[in-house]
Amino acid sequence: MFNEWKDFNQGKWTKEINVRDFIQKNYTPYDGNSSFLVGPTERTTKLWDKLSHLMKEEMKNGILDTDTKVISTIISHNAGYIDKDLEQIVGLQTEKPLKRAIMPFGGLRVVKKALKSYGYELDSETEEIFKYRKTHNDGVFDAYTDEMRKARHSGIITGLPDAYGRGRIIGDYRRVALYGVDRLIEDKLEQLDLLKMEYMEESIIQAREEINEQINALKELKEMASSYGYDISKPAKNSKEAVQWTYFAYLGAVKEQNGAAMSLGRVSTFFDIYFEKDIKEGNLTEKQVQEIMDHFVMKLRIVRFLRTPDYNDLFSGDPTWVTEVIGGMGEDGRHLVTKSSYRVLHTLYNLGAAPEPNLTILWSERLPLNFKKYCAKVSIDTSSIQYENDDLMRRWYGDDYGIACCVSAMRIGKQMQFFGARANLAKALLYSINGGKDEKSGEQIGPEFAPITSEYLEYDEVVRKFDLVMDWLSQLYINTLNIIHYMHDKYCYEKIQMALHDKDVLRTSACGIAGFSVVADALSAIKHSKVKVIRDKNGLAIDYEVEGEYPAFGNNDDRVDSIASEIVKTFMNKLRKHKTYRNSVPTLSILTITSNVVYGKKTGSTPDGRKAGEPFAPGANPMHSRDTNGAIASMASVAKLPYEHAEDGISYTFSIVPNALGKNEDNRASNLAGMLDGYFHDQGHHINVNVFDRETLLDAMDHPEKYPQLTIRVSGYAVNFVKLTREQQLDVINRTFHERV
Amino acid sequence: MSIKGRIHSIETCGTVDGPGIRVVVFTQGCPLRCQYCHNPDTWKLEDGKEVSVDELMADIKKYKSYMNFSGGGITASGGEPLLQSDFIKELFKRCKEEGIHTALDTSGFVNLNTAKKVLEYTDLVLLDIKSFNSKLYKDLTGVSNEPTIQLAKYLSEANIPIWIRYVLVPNLTDKTEDIRDLARFLSTLKSIEKVELLPFHKMGEYKWEELGYEYKLKDTETPSNKTIENVKKIFSDFKLKIQ
Repeated sequence: MFNEWKDFNQGKWTKEINVRDFIQKNYTPYDGNSSFLVGPTERTTKLWDKLSHLMKEEMKNGILDTDTKVISTIISHNAGYIDKDLEQIVGLQTEKPLKRAIMPFGGLRVVKKALKSYGYELDSETEEIFKYRKTHNDGVFDAYTDEMRKARHSGIITGLPDAYGRGRIIGDYRRVALYGVDRLIEDKLEQLDLLKMEYMEESIIQAREEINEQINALKELKEMASSYGYDISKPAKNSKEAVQWTYFAYLGAVKEQNGAAMSLGRVSTFFDIYFEKDIKEGNLTEKQVQEIMDHFVMKLRIVRFLRTPDYNDLFSGDPTWVTEVIGGMGEDGRHLVTKSSYRVLHTLYNLGAAPEPNLTILWSERLPLNFKKYCAKVSIDTSSIQYENDDLMRRWYGDDYGIACCVSAMRIGKQMQFFGARANLAKALLYSINGGKDEKSGEQIGPEFAPITSEYLEYDEVVRKFDLVMDWLSQLYINTLNIIHYMHDKYCYEKIQMALHDKDVLRTSACGIAGFSVVADALSAIKHSKVKVIRDKNGLAIDYEVEGEYPAFGNNDDRVDSIASEIVKTFMNKLRKHKTYRNSVPTLSILTITSNVVYGKKTGSTPDGRKAGEPFAPGANPMHSRDTNGAIASMASVAKLPYEHAEDGISYTFSIVPNALGKNEDNRASNLAGMLDGYFHDQGHHINVNVFDRETLLDAMDHPEKYPQLTIRVSGYAVNFVKLTREQQLDVINRTFHERV
Repeated sequence: MSIKGRIHSIETCGTVDGPGIRVVVFTQGCPLRCQYCHNPDTWKLEDGKEVSVDELMADIKKYKSYMNFSGGGITASGGEPLLQSDFIKELFKRCKEEGIHTALDTSGFVNLNTAKKVLEYTDLVLLDIKSFNSKLYKDLTGVSNEPTIQLAKYLSEANIPIWIRYVLVPNLTDKTEDIRDLARFLSTLKSIEKVELLPFHKMGEYKWEELGYEYKLKDTETPSNKTIENVKKIFSDFKLKIQ
């Protein structure tokens, strides 16, 4: 028993590593309203002004500064500060704010390319190291087959984490605050003891090596904290330490890994236990507590990675997906909303709107009404938060799960995923018409089978051939992921993040699909109207003419919505057939982030009437302007998609003008809350809510300097609108805005 | 065979025609020809599409969760829904069987006995009174305001909740005396929950052009905030809740 724990309610958590049990035994649900919240302190405002200025500078060139020599590790850089006198929570990725670090173990080429594109060059001595040291990227390409390279090149499988860090792993960063690092190391040593087997088979050997890596990382974490003057070997003894320890753990992760998404987990209700104790004992005032929260969030807002411009084309706006989930229900029926759920949302007022951290409300019908209305108000004011269905996910993940990236739920410290980007199903549909040939290049990418030669497409024939293509694609996809993740574990293992996991974790192979509503509409068009094929001189189908009308996805019409659900189920069942690396469980997401624009560009005309090069709809959204029955019909169509076949998440982005939500502020908030209740009651999984006028966005395109903090939700995350490419900005503006008055 | 009616369209996310989130059924056909109408495409009864109450109900029921959680329901709007009173009566009756809140958005230009059949199943009436000045009313709409006044009185007697809607058009419906007369009349009614002041807007103008009608209010501006505040004060002076 640590002295630091003496005032807490005891439980299983004192004997084993179990943060959930600590929370359940000690937190105080809050049913009241937001009136207790306070504005920023002078220190907060000063510090944020400083950062805002730096971020403005950063926008001019894309990055502010970057390292070119030192390979980033937990302890690679000296302590760094924004302003030591003002900062209540300390720690930076490098020795200067917004200076980017290099993390070449995922792939050296990406680092070199990124540096070059911003006018820097990799230090020759550093490059020299990689004559003797292999990267994840090298490993993957040594193992890839020709078929995999071709599929990657044609873009039927795309966005794969084969040249950079895979991300989507959430360490239980709270463990460092609750237990201190020494206790965590002790636990890892016990785990090693359990892995002295009679027969040292491959999985045991791998586990033993990994646990020792984890122990080293924990030791490094202590060293890093001590460079800031903190000893984190023992548990945190007050609020400020709890937040600081947790942040150090997270900082360790983002110093070590340039992961595609580096999510935070579920910390605000955990912090609340410390905050409320300190307030009760008179050690802190509300003002001081909010200051700590504001300073912590500021740190999360300036997490940066060095990425290449083509990565930014896919996922623009410099996203890091520092996802923090808020709210939700406990298994015992108490809700998990605390004052700190409000405090973390309130940073959007104290510091202004921002895309990071990716604040995610776990919505339940049973959340307190005050909190529902407050969230709705925050959405209307800032368009910065997203919502996910806790009543749905709790059945899978219990009451201590987080969201990695945008929509991927996982039990914190007990589960991780092998991120698999996405397969372009719209292209796959075209392959089924063209006998496995790519519609743009004419190259044979898929298996060679007889193309469709009729003038008009026949539904049964298309479905039959599409099924064959999906058979091929699902197997190739899983095999590709197997290689990627084998190599990532080998050359770019996430040692600090995995140190903050249990010994045995559930792993998923998280596949995804793009072009979802294009395929649903295309099949509906083929079934319910007539689709004529236009072929080039070589007989390659390159365009389509739709004759007559067809029911389109997004109108709550079962004639097409049932096709949409069937696509998800069919593809998922095919993925389930294949053997995966480390016996991970295959899952599926319908999520594109901003990549719907690039994927659309790489895909020829489709039988739904979409022309070559035009963007797909993002995530599971209906295609632009085809959802004509109003916002709720559109939501209802998406809510029908089967989560049990898309456990990695179904992303839906919803944009509405303020007037269409109601006549006054109060009406708007309660209507939005009612809308969310309805959507989630009907089993919708995720929704991004944007509330603003189209005119605001048009003005922001022309005058970006006026809108440095204008935040919008796209697919599963938020971005600064002014950081999007022009094409993506237009895509957002052209997307359906619900605005009937 | 269930009864059929003609509708213009359905909006599943109505938030301004009654409380909560509402499925709004825009019926086809209207006896009025208001100069500032923003849905002139709903005037002709023979336009639009035919649907049965069964079909409509099957669709409406899909949105029950949204209605329940937001305190919403359905709203029959138009056009003039009472022009197809048998159809609306049947629709509302079926909604009440499902426990769905019903609102009727009407100009009140209908035979009172015809209206009564529908009102039996109506939870809220959004009563649009274009003007209390009968001459102006006739000029504006082409018809008399007498049935509307009668309907208002009946709603009060029958204690059916009313939201009054008044469209404020500069140089047409902004005369202080006319508004005061209206407010005085409304203050004698028992079941008025609130008065909604709808400032004139031109968002329907393009529809007039598409339909080849002459839009007489091309040069009319939207009312100023000052005018709006003045008009609101007239209503609140008569102890009416105004929004």
